[in-house]
Amino acid sequence: MNKISREQDLFLRSLKRRHLTVRIARIMILVCFLCLWELCADTGIIDSFIFSSPSRIVLCFWEMVLDRSIFLHIWITLYETIASFLLVTLVSILAAVLLWCSRRLSEIMEPYLVVLNSLPKSALAPLLIVWLGATPTTIIVAGMSVALFGSIMNLYTSFTSVDQEKIKLIYTLHGNRRHVLTKVVLPGSIPSIISNMKVNIGLCLVGVVIGEFLAARSGLGYLIIYSSQVLSCAGIWL
Amino acid sequence: MEPILELKNIRYSYHTPDGETKALSDISFALTPGEFTAVVGPSGCGKSTLLSLICGLMEPEAGEILLNGRPLTDNSPNIGYMLQHDHLFEWRSVYKNVILGLEIGGRLNSHTKAKADALLEQYGLKQFASSRPSELSGGMRQRAALIRTLLLDPELLLLDEPFSALDYQTRLTVSDDIGQIIRRSGKTALLVTHDLSEAVSLSDRTIVLTKRPASISCIVPVSFSLEKDTPMNRRNAPEFKTYFNKIWKELNHDEQNLP
Repeated sequence: MNKISREQDLFLRSLKRRHLTVRIARIMILVCFLCLWELCADTGIIDSFIFSSPSRIVLCFWEMVLDRSIFLHIWITLYETIASFLLVTLVSILAAVLLWCSRRLSEIMEPYLVVLNSLPKSALAPLLIVWLGATPTTIIVAGMSVALFGSIMNLYTSFTSVDQEKIKLIYTLHGNRRHVLTKVVLPGSIPSIISNMKVNIGLCLVGVVIGEFLAARSGLGYLIIYSSQVLSCAGIWL
Repeated sequence: MEPILELKNIRYSYHTPDGETKALSDISFALTPGEFTAVVGPSGCGKSTLLSLICGLMEPEAGEILLNGRPLTDNSPNIGYMLQHDHLFEWRSVYKNVILGLEIGGRLNSHTKAKADALLEQYGLKQFASSRPSELSGGMRQRAALIRTLLLDPELLLLDEPFSALDYQTRLTVSDDIGQIIRRSGKTALLVTHDLSEAVSLSDRTIVLTKRPASISCIVPVSFSLEKDTPMNRRNAPEFKTYFNKIWKELNHDEQNLP
């Protein structure tokens, strides 16, 4: 067996101690924040009607758990987010591959992508309702619209920044452009595809909630709007 | 003997919106089978361009390239090309990297797989077959890249400064190592390098190019009367210095003649 020297043992111990301190500090900050919030609300330093308090939020949550409505809302939002996320991933990879295949096409499309990406997507949502009606499809499309164009541009950039020498290698091995795509460009871009997906899931959630604000009878976005209309800030915080 | 490769009056220029850069002007030479030829020249004189033209990645603006007496068809599979960096893909194991060429050519079968195994064994990479390229040393990586090229069974090997990315010590051992592998396999090789000692230690003949636009300044035949003619032994032989100085003079002679 490997014998650990005293110095190594000390080092490992100090490492473990550091990890522990970090974890405890993280939890403490959260606990302190919640306690302070509760305390301020109870003593009237902040208006509990506007800011609510942790205990009220828990209570509200518990009520919704009891009548099972919270699960329905979470499930709907989750479903819509995942659907739009998967669609964004699929469509953006396909579009980026298409742009990569034709340099001319990408040159033509570039200004349009930039404009589409900088559109305020939340302003697009009412338009989508008119076009598609107040259905889950609208909300999924709203979720997609937030993430799609940025995602296409990022992926295309990562596709084109693949090392030219690696592409030359494929040609020296007598491959063609299809081989360049499948053997170098796609596998080489997997890290950026994954990091892109991480960003997209958050953006899709934002888009879905915006969509639900405007055009839904269920889901977390709907819940937030409903709560604000009945002046239940506990519900919004939740 | 009939030449395996023949270049006749090759000319090539690069075009950009800012203007035209002449890279090669009137290059002609021929390689006989089994011969190891080195091309040296001042940096930026279009040495790599020459290899890209021979490999069929680019078309010459004028002149003719004949392979076995026939005009070069697009990307002829008789030519293997070794680049400056090994470019082993990190997302593939060493074995998968080595068979990349076979995979692309659709020539992956039990026969070629057995050959891949044999070559990995022969060059001491067998126990690393399932490792990631990053676990290999610089020399091993370059050897894996050589196997990748050799598996396609090329008649002609093009080497584009294949050792220049390595540190000096590794470079000496790897060039010795790979030089011997190529000699033993009896392949015709064309090495492009800026390292004169590398050219002298490896080649049968050294072609010296002029500054851009490059043309052939002279061709120096290199031969050593050694019992064991390896690149390492050549470096220790007394003739080594003579050849080195001769090529060095040719390179500089050219530079002094410029206006």
